[in-house]
Amino acid sequence: MTHHDAIIIGAGHNGLTNAAYLAKAGLDVLVVEKNDYIGGAAVSREMTNGYWYSSCSYVCSMMRQVIHRDLNLTKHGLMLVPYLGTAAFGKQGETVLSYTAEGPAYNEIKRISPHDADAMMRLMADLERYSTLIRKTLLRTPPDPTSFKPRDLMELLWLAKTFWEMGEEELYEYIRFFTMSAAEFLEDYFENDFIKAMMATPGIIGTALGIYSPGSAYILLHHVMGDVDGNIGAWGLARGGMGAISNALAGALQEHGGKIRTEAGVDQITVKNGKVKGVVLENGDELTSDIVVSNLDAKRTFTKVMNKDDLPPGIHKKAKNFKIRGSSGKVNIALSGIPKFTGVPDNRYVNRGGQAFIGGLETLERAYDHWKRGEWSADPFIESVIPSAWDPTVAPAGNHWMSNFIQYCPPKLADGEWTPEKRDAFGKTVIDKIERYAPGFSNLIVHMEIRTPHEIENEVGLTEGNIFQGELTIDQLLFNRPFPGYAQYRMPVKNMYMCGSSTHPGGGVSSACGANAAREILIDLKRPNTVPEDDCYDD
Amino acid sequence: MSTADAIVIGAGHNGLVCATLLAKAGKTVTLLEANASAGGLAAPRRLQGGFTIPMAHSTPALSQTIIDDLSLTSHGLSIGPALETVGLGEDGQHVHVLGDQVTGATASDAAAYPAFRQRLLRFAKPLRKICEATLPRIGSSSLKDALIYAQGALNLRRLGKEDMEEFLRIATLPMRDLVDEHFEDPKFQALLCWDGLIGSKMAPRSPNHAVLPLLFKMGGVHGGQHCVPQGGAAGLTAALVSAAQAAGVEIRLETPVQNILVAGDDVGERAVGVALADGEELRAPMVVSSADPKTTFFSLVGATHFDVQFTARIKRYRDQGYVARYHAALDALPSIPGLDDLSGRLLIAPTFDAIEFAYDDAKYGDPAQHPVMEITFPSVHDASLAPEGKHILSANVMYAPCDERTGWSAETRARFEKAVTETLERYMPGLADLTTASELITPKDIAEAYHVSGGHWHHGEMALDQMLMMRPTYPAAQYKTQMPGLYLCGAGAHPGGGLTGLPGRNAAREILK
Repeated sequence: MTHHDAIIIGAGHNGLTNAAYLAKAGLDVLVVEKNDYIGGAAVSREMTNGYWYSSCSYVCSMMRQVIHRDLNLTKHGLMLVPYLGTAAFGKQGETVLSYTAEGPAYNEIKRISPHDADAMMRLMADLERYSTLIRKTLLRTPPDPTSFKPRDLMELLWLAKTFWEMGEEELYEYIRFFTMSAAEFLEDYFENDFIKAMMATPGIIGTALGIYSPGSAYILLHHVMGDVDGNIGAWGLARGGMGAISNALAGALQEHGGKIRTEAGVDQITVKNGKVKGVVLENGDELTSDIVVSNLDAKRTFTKVMNKDDLPPGIHKKAKNFKIRGSSGKVNIALSGIPKFTGVPDNRYVNRGGQAFIGGLETLERAYDHWKRGEWSADPFIESVIPSAWDPTVAPAGNHWMSNFIQYCPPKLADGEWTPEKRDAFGKTVIDKIERYAPGFSNLIVHMEIRTPHEIENEVGLTEGNIFQGELTIDQLLFNRPFPGYAQYRMPVKNMYMCGSSTHPGGGVSSACGANAAREILIDLKRPNTVPEDDCYDD
Repeated sequence: MSTADAIVIGAGHNGLVCATLLAKAGKTVTLLEANASAGGLAAPRRLQGGFTIPMAHSTPALSQTIIDDLSLTSHGLSIGPALETVGLGEDGQHVHVLGDQVTGATASDAAAYPAFRQRLLRFAKPLRKICEATLPRIGSSSLKDALIYAQGALNLRRLGKEDMEEFLRIATLPMRDLVDEHFEDPKFQALLCWDGLIGSKMAPRSPNHAVLPLLFKMGGVHGGQHCVPQGGAAGLTAALVSAAQAAGVEIRLETPVQNILVAGDDVGERAVGVALADGEELRAPMVVSSADPKTTFFSLVGATHFDVQFTARIKRYRDQGYVARYHAALDALPSIPGLDDLSGRLLIAPTFDAIEFAYDDAKYGDPAQHPVMEITFPSVHDASLAPEGKHILSANVMYAPCDERTGWSAETRARFEKAVTETLERYMPGLADLTTASELITPKDIAEAYHVSGGHWHHGEMALDQMLMMRPTYPAAQYKTQMPGLYLCGAGAHPGGGLTGLPGRNAAREILK
């Protein structure tokens, strides 16, 4: 029986980040992964000959630059490529191309509404200010508001000061932004329905809320606070697919002597006398360690791999009530050529960026109504990107693959569980919508992988297929994430920690949760803190 | 031209409270009311055949502080016992809730309810202090102001670690999640949602803005349970009017205000009085408006007197009402299978989804196809409201948007009324035959008849960004406005709507400073 200093459960990006920092600090670490590949939801998988799908997560922006540099991920093969824009499609076939360059972006919106073109500049400036503030909290451990410990009080004071320094007027605006719905918040900026809808879409991605649900504006912010090489709000692709991120993190981990064991699903975390002892694998192997770090979501950690009797009273109930709702699906499509979208000029570089099939505000909200009723959206919001247009390594020459993220798709249908037939019908809904904007699209399809929350949960292990490991609503943010009293990565059993997106600062391929958890572990071990605190791009 | 120390616009309950407290402090106060009776949204209406129907059929949140400060008991107010809330079932199986007692729900729900309610009541306690305070501007650098917030935080901490953590978690939960965590019976779940949602543009699944207003209500006399004052809402108004008159307030009914008079000099502009619709001008150094913020700043003063950021903030203030009222004059009380006592507050909202889907229609601008509602029979409590042996039915119906897609065409109105009566008929078979007269009052009607923008009960959404030191908006949330001499004392000011009387009381305190 081998013994390790620390066992990390789950080789997703946060687990690998956490393990890499612990290994870097000199610990003997082992990452155990249930699948025969690493990466969790940040993977590149060859599902059909020569096409490498980023099966789940498909674009990257939230990766903390400071971690990227600190763990030397470039050396381990990670290269982020910003993509240059998105073509958004409205219900009457109208198209807006968004460019990262300010001038063309302004002119494009002016074509639809001069008022909204000005408003867009205003919104972008506002979002940048708001996100700068939020970014300062990402690589910090949330304070406990009920605690009188000096560290917590200092951190609370720091938070209060940071917000107070915004100035009174900004602060009021910020509170509005934090609590309102994305659609209502954007009412103040724009007049055109389609522009509003286009800007509101990040507010619903991955969440069981609609654009008119209060709280969706924060989720919008969560999606625009990232950056690619310091370019705030930009999105990029990892060359080689999202698996490149996981592979680079694994490279960093192995460089520092850490080990990974795949096909090693954990059956049980063993606890003795209120102290964690190690894990028992599904194949019966027993591994022991001083520390166990769970990169699984909070619900799975406490209701699936832990024994209720090992937990203090109340925790099991908290985990059961943890909101982790499946709301999105994914359809990955191998194509024999690049689709031609109506209204997008040929040879324009946005044609090689992303696509957003939207409709209008009402289309988006009605898509949510379907989810509430336990149906997939009849006219869904689809966010797509054709990574092969940028990255020749992910599809055979001349061919392409297209990633389609679909909102909404429920984890369970009103008429029962998912079946292969229903899954295919869901896929058809998606294809039909794209076909409306790209006639002839379906003729290009070579292979298709349809993933409902059901498939995502079964394969990746995310409860209900929730991409954020838990809803990003205020009751589950900052010191409330995953539960009040347990937001500092330490869990109720001694020497046990959590490092997944169920912890602060939440979902997205950011590596922040894993890094923050490593910091707390090192503090507890009284080792020098080698985890970076602040993102230097903030100031 | 007459003069007074202060002119209060609007004899709703907040206007009455504010005027009375100012007069008690020795000011000469004139209170102006556009309608023929005092009471504002709590004033009664008449229905053909000698029926009187109160616009507010019950109150959950009347503040004990107001009752004491104005000695309302000595002016004839008797608040009456807490009403039982009944979640109606079409099958005659109903859920009854009174205090900590629950019957008709599952045994485990009934067992879990007392602890749930007591916890919320504990949370409501520190909030009551917050409701009674003027919350300073957050940009204020004065130590005294900072201490008000520090005190608030400390009061929360005094709840204990576990309770404080729970409070911080549930404060922004959607009603559905809050209730779903503890209870399983669908009717009981929907019933518990109701008080967090009524009056607002919120559905069970909407996060952020429901729990705090619910906790505010729970600071009321019966811990948030509804009650009917003796004489109905009119009884409350009568006591308030009596208190006002005893304090020396001059109340002028049927005296609509045309606009607030503004005079400028080299220092700036200030409010100096009001011009009435008939051309008369009244002067006073203090003009206090209990009208909603949009009416006050735009219709009564005029947008040109404020800076553009401020008017933009008022413009975006969300105050679209979503509650319609349905009144019916009845030959006799209807028979409801399985329910003998009709003195309670009856809810037709069988599940979370029934409420949610009714809201879904309204969010697109259509009245709900399958409305949900809260019903009382006010004549059971006050026989004088109807001719002998006859009764009235009063219902708050959700959801009906103020800007309905068609602007409430006759056809839409008829369709909605039919949906309401058909729903009622399902739960109260034979009701249609008992009905001799009825009226449907949409939020648009409320807006027009009661001079409330958007027809919103609470003079604006009780949303987190429109509450506390942000109600109605920065920098008018401390009852003073940017214009010297002009004050707010209505439900559009902290702590908002719900027949508490606290905005009027807090405003009087600030004005007297």
